[in-house]
Amino acid sequence: MNTSPEPLIRVEHIKKYFPVKLGAYGDKKATVHAVDDVSFEIFQGETLSLVGESGCGKSTTGYTLLQLHRATAGVCFYKDVNLTELSDNQLRPYRQKIQIIFQDPYSTLNPRMTIGTAIAEPMMTHKIATKDNVAEKVVQLLKDVGLTERAVNRYPHEFSGGQRQRICIARALACNPEFLVCDEPISALDVSIQAQIINLLQDLQEKYNLTYLFIAHDLSVVRHISNRVGVMYLGKLAELGDKDLVFYNPLHPYTKALLSAVPQPNPHTEKTRKRQVLTGEIPSAINPPSGCHFHPRCPLATDLCKKTVPEWRKMEDGRFIACHAA
Amino acid sequence: MTRLIQNNGRGNIMGETLLQVTNLTTRFHSRGNLIHAVNGVSFKIDKGETLGVVGESGCGKSVTMLSMLHLLPPAARVVAGTAFFHDKDLLKLNSREMQRIRGNHIGMIFQDPMTSFNPVLTIGDQVGESLIYHNISNRAGAEKRVIELFRMVGIPDPEARLKDYPHQFSGGMRQRAMIAMALACEPELVIADEPTTALDVTIQAQIVEVVKDLRDRLGIAIIWITHDLSLVAGLADRIMVMYAGNVIEEATTEDLFDQPTHPYTLGLLAALPAFQASKNSKRLSSIPGSPPDLRAEPTSCPFLPRCSYAINRCAIEMPLAHEIPGNGSTPHSVACFVNTQERITVQ
Ligand SMILES: Nc1ncnc2c1ncn2[C@@H]1O[C@H](COP(=O)(O)OP(=O)(O)O)[C@@H](O)[C@H]1O
Ligand SMILES: Nc1ncnc2c1ncn2[C@@H]1O[C@H](COP(=O)(O)OP(=O)(O)O)[C@@H](O)[C@H]1O
Ligand SMILES: [Mg+2]
Ligand SMILES: [Mg+2]
Repeated sequence: MNTSPEPLIRVEHIKKYFPVKLGAYGDKKATVHAVDDVSFEIFQGETLSLVGESGCGKSTTGYTLLQLHRATAGVCFYKDVNLTELSDNQLRPYRQKIQIIFQDPYSTLNPRMTIGTAIAEPMMTHKIATKDNVAEKVVQLLKDVGLTERAVNRYPHEFSGGQRQRICIARALACNPEFLVCDEPISALDVSIQAQIINLLQDLQEKYNLTYLFIAHDLSVVRHISNRVGVMYLGKLAELGDKDLVFYNPLHPYTKALLSAVPQPNPHTEKTRKRQVLTGEIPSAINPPSGCHFHPRCPLATDLCKKTVPEWRKMEDGRFIACHAA
Repeated sequence: MTRLIQNNGRGNIMGETLLQVTNLTTRFHSRGNLIHAVNGVSFKIDKGETLGVVGESGCGKSVTMLSMLHLLPPAARVVAGTAFFHDKDLLKLNSREMQRIRGNHIGMIFQDPMTSFNPVLTIGDQVGESLIYHNISNRAGAEKRVIELFRMVGIPDPEARLKDYPHQFSGGMRQRAMIAMALACEPELVIADEPTTALDVTIQAQIVEVVKDLRDRLGIAIIWITHDLSLVAGLADRIMVMYAGNVIEEATTEDLFDQPTHPYTLGLLAALPAFQASKNSKRLSSIPGSPPDLRAEPTSCPFLPRCSYAINRCAIEMPLAHEIPGNGSTPHSVACFVNTQERITVQ
């Protein structure tokens, strides 16, 4: 892996709030604090994963970073370009460099467009291919993702879920991106197919020196694919660091609880393992708890945690953490 | 009520067969095609036992259970088999008799409780209704009993939540309410069809703890369907693995993980990232290809096109389940011509 100290992506104190209407007549205004002051860097060639319970703001972080949502506050850099400052028009040349793959490949493919056209389209829009060489490029991309050129004239419904995800990956790669947000790319796939797609993403990363922000809720997949992992809770990062530090020596009480909930494929240890089962449910992002958002479910919470938001600080081993107790 | 308090204690009631399914075969007629969804499935479950049913989507897990319970969609038909619950063949019951068994003796928990609850009735009323329907409580007693059930499955503030509508419950709470409903009539068997697939791991862990606790206290037998082998590792006494409408391997949970034998089971286990963590290999081993087309009449091993162990015989004959030596308290059986441990063909 070719990791230089220069970050490819830098996110500083981003917030994304959504105004919503509540009440039986939609007459009460409220604010969803979907992403609430998040900062991290992603280095060239690495995979940074975001994990956390659904609704904690993983996707919104990814979309905001890609400027699919405009941040409420904070800045996002691609190399030394501040994307948050750019108009939609000014963003166009960067859009091809930063791409996304979604969970459900079916809903993102036009059912009436052949696979060939779907992959050719972004290349023509961004003038990466010409009429003369586009067919050849499409076939090359299909080969890259493990499909044959027979796919060119066929339609999305003729493919299985795993094959459709391959098609989406081919389309995302069409514009020679440097950075891909993979938003739960395997969650909708069968177990036996998930490993195929993970291997494909890793092969492509090596071949094209891609950088990934990988969003997933399957922690064992995340442990396999990531270099570093960020754990989110209710719009904030709780802990972020080297995969081995976070998985084998977690410091934040939420990281510990999350990891403890993952079932392990070993009946001998699993049947007697004492799990730290988190009580209660994820509070609402509309009225997040005061102080540390995790304090109502935290076994270590003190008065300080109820009052003061813990600072996002760097530890000696290089990881970041937001916790008064750890 | 009294039945619920009895502490049967697991183990001492196991060994007595509760449900015995033999050669269950179910087909769909869909757009002019015959779909071989379930192809001669046989299994049994003892009183108080937990059976894990594992396999990827479309392999026939749900259809197997729906066939027994007379809940198949109109396009499907059971064409062969028996399903003895105690001494009654469920497949021979009329709809009234079956309705009495469902809810009264067999409870069900599905993946999406939202579709199992009526959105315009309160959850309390719906759980209570089944008590009244099955003559377990009168109207006055039902509410008290529902509160008790809610408390048992860990729904906080049950007196107030009783009056909530399904949409006012979170996914995890709805699943708890569904468990409460399945338990309302103190069933002997609960069939849980991917009850935690749509939930976060943290909520999944809560639900698994609730179910384990209730099972151990009430001595209920459980069939837990999942695509996640890790999940049943800590939950099931025995696991059966399905592929393309067939049971391809069955063993005690420990035996299945210690001595996986069918090439598909081997592939499923090897594809688990957690299983490989220790090996620290960069690539995950994966099963090539995709699940089979169920339109064709099964005449050869359905796993053949994806199998790296295949021999000539696999293409001409359907392998039947046979016992292999194992360390478990119940037999280890596998439907494969090749002994993958030693790569010897069985006679
Ligand atoms: N467009 C939107 N409008 C209002 N609320 C939203 C919108 N998108 C996301 N949210 C809310 O923001 C929070 C974070 O959502 P999301 O980023 O999708 O979480 P995750 O991807 O971690 O599951 C959730 O509470 C969600 O309901
Ligand atoms: N409504 C239906 N119409 C036609 N075929 C169906 C229907 N439901 C299920 N099937 C067929 O039955 C097979 C088994 O389905 P199911 O038991 O639901 O799988 P599982 O629960 O293991 O995911 C599927 O592969 C599909 O071919
Ligand atoms: Mg998301
Ligand atoms: Mg199913």
